[in-house]
Amino acid sequence: MSEVKKIATRESYGNALAELGKEHEDVVVLDADLAGATKTSTFKKAFPDRHIDCGIAECDMMGIAAGLATTGKVPFASTFAMFAAGRAFEQIRNSIGYPHLNVKVGATHAGITVGEDGATHQCLEDVALMRTIPGMTVVVPSDDIEAKAAVKAAYETDGPFYMRFGRMAVPVINDNPDYHFELGKGVMLREGSDVTIVASGVCVHSALEAAEKLAADGISAEVINIHTIKPLDKDIIAASAEKTGKVVTVEEHNVIGGLGGAVCEALCETVQVPVMRIGVQDEFGFSGPAGDLLKEFRLDGQGVYEQVKTWLA
Amino acid sequence: MNTLELQKMANEVRKSIVTATHSAKSGHPGGSLSAADVFTYLYFKEMNIDPANPDAPDRDRFVLSKGHTAPGYYSALAHRGFFPVEDLKTLRQIGSHLQGHPCMQHTPGVDMSSGSLGQGISVAVGMALSAKMSGKDYRVYTLLGDGEIQEGQVWEASMFAGHRKLDNLVVIVDNNGLQIDGNIADVCSPYPIDKKFEAFNFHVINVADGNDMEQLDAAFKEAHTVKGMPTAIIMKTVKGKGVSFMENQASWHGTAPNDEQYAIAMADLEKVGEALCQK
Repeated sequence: MSEVKKIATRESYGNALAELGKEHEDVVVLDADLAGATKTSTFKKAFPDRHIDCGIAECDMMGIAAGLATTGKVPFASTFAMFAAGRAFEQIRNSIGYPHLNVKVGATHAGITVGEDGATHQCLEDVALMRTIPGMTVVVPSDDIEAKAAVKAAYETDGPFYMRFGRMAVPVINDNPDYHFELGKGVMLREGSDVTIVASGVCVHSALEAAEKLAADGISAEVINIHTIKPLDKDIIAASAEKTGKVVTVEEHNVIGGLGGAVCEALCETVQVPVMRIGVQDEFGFSGPAGDLLKEFRLDGQGVYEQVKTWLA
Repeated sequence: MNTLELQKMANEVRKSIVTATHSAKSGHPGGSLSAADVFTYLYFKEMNIDPANPDAPDRDRFVLSKGHTAPGYYSALAHRGFFPVEDLKTLRQIGSHLQGHPCMQHTPGVDMSSGSLGQGISVAVGMALSAKMSGKDYRVYTLLGDGEIQEGQVWEASMFAGHRKLDNLVVIVDNNGLQIDGNIADVCSPYPIDKKFEAFNFHVINVADGNDMEQLDAAFKEAHTVKGMPTAIIMKTVKGKGVSFMENQASWHGTAPNDEQYAIAMADLEKVGEALCQK
């Protein structure tokens, strides 16, 4: 078996910004003392005059980004998801969301795959928080290719834009000629007839693995990658639910308010079918190697497979 | 405008504050009145702005960090010609462009939405930084309440502004001494305010009477001479200034005058106006 290429989406974020900086003079990158970790150091090295380190002051960073945006610059404010969506929620809501300013928030180290740093740094609420802000776009890319496309889309889309990236290296799953990133459009990765698995971020790979295992048991699973949580592609989800009659959501986020919540909201307005939400079951994370934590929270391929199997039985 | 004309205009702004909050039956007259003179000075003397072209890219910017004093801000903008003075009577009503706190998408001349305390100063810092990055020479002004500086974000923003030597930024603190729960010195004292800004590498200008147009003029002129550091103008003011029963009363922070109080307030201001006409 050939070695699967793995890249952390935070790395993709940094690389995409460096590319974007070459093409567009108005791109400015902000950090809060984490340029090495958010991988924006690549941009910083290439464009030192357009990289602003705000120090450890995330709320101030969001305000500075808002101020830059009022003057026509396109700021990418970068920090860990916990400190962007969590700590600076109200700054994003009132200083960026309410005036609908063209600020991009690059939130890295989302979810339990932060790993050893543990619960204080494992943000499991950011998607829920960000998607309640009117006019905010929320994207959770599944791999390197999608993450780079998301950064480009963020630049091209006017208005506030939240991007969720991970720390852990994840397999590249979209390196095929048919892949095309379209904001707000889900991606049909595998067709099936017995159950629909809707996944985002690192869990898309787990969903594909689970579908493979289910197939071996004679269960045909459809897998949909939802990279844009807001605006949500309700049509692709409803059509699949209509076909399979059962929907599973998989995310590295609290099952309250994230992808699972968004899918349930969409389905209760369209096709009412049973939904199982796989994710972090309203609890805090804990320390451990990232890959082991995915297993512990049953968000790896095997964990998702077992949960779906049990639910269908 | 000369000093007398500015004083007269400030008095008109005060009348509009009282009228707007009376019409709205809510709003924040106290801090609007304490800052009426600085609003007037900024929009009629200091800032490079054009009501006919409110979005001009090289204009000076103003961020009302203490966003609740929108009635004062709106009154200055209206009298300056950004929108009709009559609009002030629609303050806080459904369908009005004059929201309870400033909204840049609705109101001509408003450079930034604000209202949640502590946030506006960061945005002003971002604007000033942008000018430096682009080699533009516009200036950025932001007005904070003295209670507002209890917010930690104010000091995050100040640390950054001092560090980046943003000499195109002027932070104004309206030191009227009162916040909702009482005297700022009793609630959670921010004093000494000047030494704090000095410690954050600001050039500090203390204004003994921020309701005196000549003292404001001297302070803003001095600010123009400062190079290599941002300026903080700490101005002592009287909350509710110009309206006899509102002066120095914390209770008038966020209460609107009723019909009877409105009549008294307007009579007070008419008297001030008449006195100015005798000069």
